[in-house]
Amino acid sequence: MSSSLSSIPSPDGPFEDVPALDVADLRKVFRRGARTGGRFSARRQVAALDGVSFTVQRGETVAVLGQNGSGKSTLVRVLSTLLLPDGGSASVFGHDVLGEAAAVRRLVNRVSVEASFFKRMSASENLSYAARFHGLTAGQTRDSIPDILQRVGFPRDRRSEPMENLSRGMQQKVALARALLTAPVLLLLDEPTTGLDPRSKREVQAFIREMRATHDATILLCTHDLAEAEVLADRVGVLDRGRLLVLDRVTELNRRYGADTLEDAFFAATGREFAEETDPDDDREVFA
Amino acid sequence: MNLQATTGAVRQRLGGWSPRHELIGLVGVVERNLYLVKRYVWWEIAFFIWTVANTLTIVFIARGIEATGGTIDVNRAAASLLIGAVIWAYLGIIFEILTETVAWERWEGTIEYTFMAPLSRPVHLFGMGAFALLYGMVRAVLLFSLCLFFFDLSIPGADFAAALVVLAVASVSFVGLGIMTAVLPLISPEKGSQLGFIAQGLLLVVSGVYYPVDVLPGWMQAIAVVSPATYALDGIRDAILEGEPLGAMGDEIWPLAVIGLVAIPLGLAVFRRGERYAKQHGKLKRSG
Ligand SMILES: Nc1ncnc2c1ncn2[C@@H]1O[C@H](COP(=O)(O)OP(=O)(O)OP(=O)(O)O)[C@@H](O)[C@H]1O
Ligand SMILES: [Mg+2]
Repeated sequence: MSSSLSSIPSPDGPFEDVPALDVADLRKVFRRGARTGGRFSARRQVAALDGVSFTVQRGETVAVLGQNGSGKSTLVRVLSTLLLPDGGSASVFGHDVLGEAAAVRRLVNRVSVEASFFKRMSASENLSYAARFHGLTAGQTRDSIPDILQRVGFPRDRRSEPMENLSRGMQQKVALARALLTAPVLLLLDEPTTGLDPRSKREVQAFIREMRATHDATILLCTHDLAEAEVLADRVGVLDRGRLLVLDRVTELNRRYGADTLEDAFFAATGREFAEETDPDDDREVFA
Repeated sequence: MNLQATTGAVRQRLGGWSPRHELIGLVGVVERNLYLVKRYVWWEIAFFIWTVANTLTIVFIARGIEATGGTIDVNRAAASLLIGAVIWAYLGIIFEILTETVAWERWEGTIEYTFMAPLSRPVHLFGMGAFALLYGMVRAVLLFSLCLFFFDLSIPGADFAAALVVLAVASVSFVGLGIMTAVLPLISPEKGSQLGFIAQGLLLVVSGVYYPVDVLPGWMQAIAVVSPATYALDGIRDAILEGEPLGAMGDEIWPLAVIGLVAIPLGLAVFRRGERYAKQHGKLKRSG
């Protein structure tokens, strides 16, 4: 589209300085339905994102850690134009997720914890139509779909089988393939390896690294796997109840919290031990 | 990290999207729905049998009236009822495909990936509309021929070409209305599709599917004036029962064209609002 074309300055212009991801004071509040009876009958609000700010440079991999309900998926959804933020701003390669959603969609793809496919359709069919939505013709995907499925370690003889027959790990590989097929410049990974066996996890991680090296993709990775964050990411952030507490190199994080391991640093940052953890969803209600 | 390469990739992404890519996306929507029909072919056959049974029931009413002492031209009444039932089934298919596909996508979780894709919303919806028309036409023709054969109805001098043109023009409005109901599953994930049936039922009662509109009370006739189904049924009955040529069809074609011209942008506007609402309140996600 010409409007988005004209908004990109020449290659040696200021565009070089535009970060892959620029998030400033991002806010998102969810309203929850009334709890029937009891003292919580009022409508409750949950601040899923509470003033999050950070930038990610091009080619960088940033991991975001956080407990259940800390706002990781909400952040990913706002960045992929699936949720409208209530305040603040976020831009992808200089394009605002609200005002220039169409441009953002051409740059981003996402893998989430749930594979999400038409379960009766085969892996090939699911990838085929999805690629079309990104403007790839049948001629282009004839070779690239088998190729990418092979690279993520998906068995050749199961390509035409309905996806409902596949194990979760297999489905997750197809989800990864769906994202990689469109060669996104910003890849949003929301717990891509949760529920995978150790070998599949390794394979997926190796593939993410390869993706990054060969495609110069910028990656935002939300995970509960601290080791994964440590091996894949240049910088690691901790999201806690909608706030980004810290975002830095692992060595810096450990130093800041006087910790020996990322795990210790994570608990020091979030200020709670396993034993003290309460339901995070109930912890942070704002009554409205 | 090769910043130059990233810059190139970003520029290529943003500059590379054209109407051609939208067309590829539209083909992708049709392709997807064809896969779904293929994978659920037994369900499609069962559903068709249900439609046939339903239509036969209605056409038998004409014979029933005569058998219980009424005096009517059975052949003509049966043909008129058949036209009503077939158009009704056709309209039902269009609504069903548009609304159920959205509900289905939300159920499988693929809706997030569809909405993240660069394919624009109008083209995405027109793709579903195009598939619905093709599929609906095939079924309508099959249903009509089958029942004609079953009842051994004679309709000498029928102008089928004129009838098809009227149906084609009416289809534009049907798709516009279908797009409006398709947004319901986004707003109410559990009961949205059922609300679509209510809209369809209201059209059934006012549009004279099985009786002339004149028998309705005045206020219902007023609603019939803006229902595209009213004109579609009028025109198609004129063409098939009276053999009226297309040239004499101005009374139907013009209102249909006007309603279509209003229904499509209105449908898109309604859908846009619904999509915005869903993105504001986090209604697209199923889990994760
Ligand atoms: N669509 C929604 N509607 C209502 N509330 C929501 C919605 N999505 C998220 N929330 C709430 O926002 C908060 C953050 O949720 P989010 O899914 O972003 O957490 P998360 O960090 O991804 O958690 P997990 O590790 O369990 O995936 C939670 O309190 C959640 O209940
Ligand atoms: Mg999550």
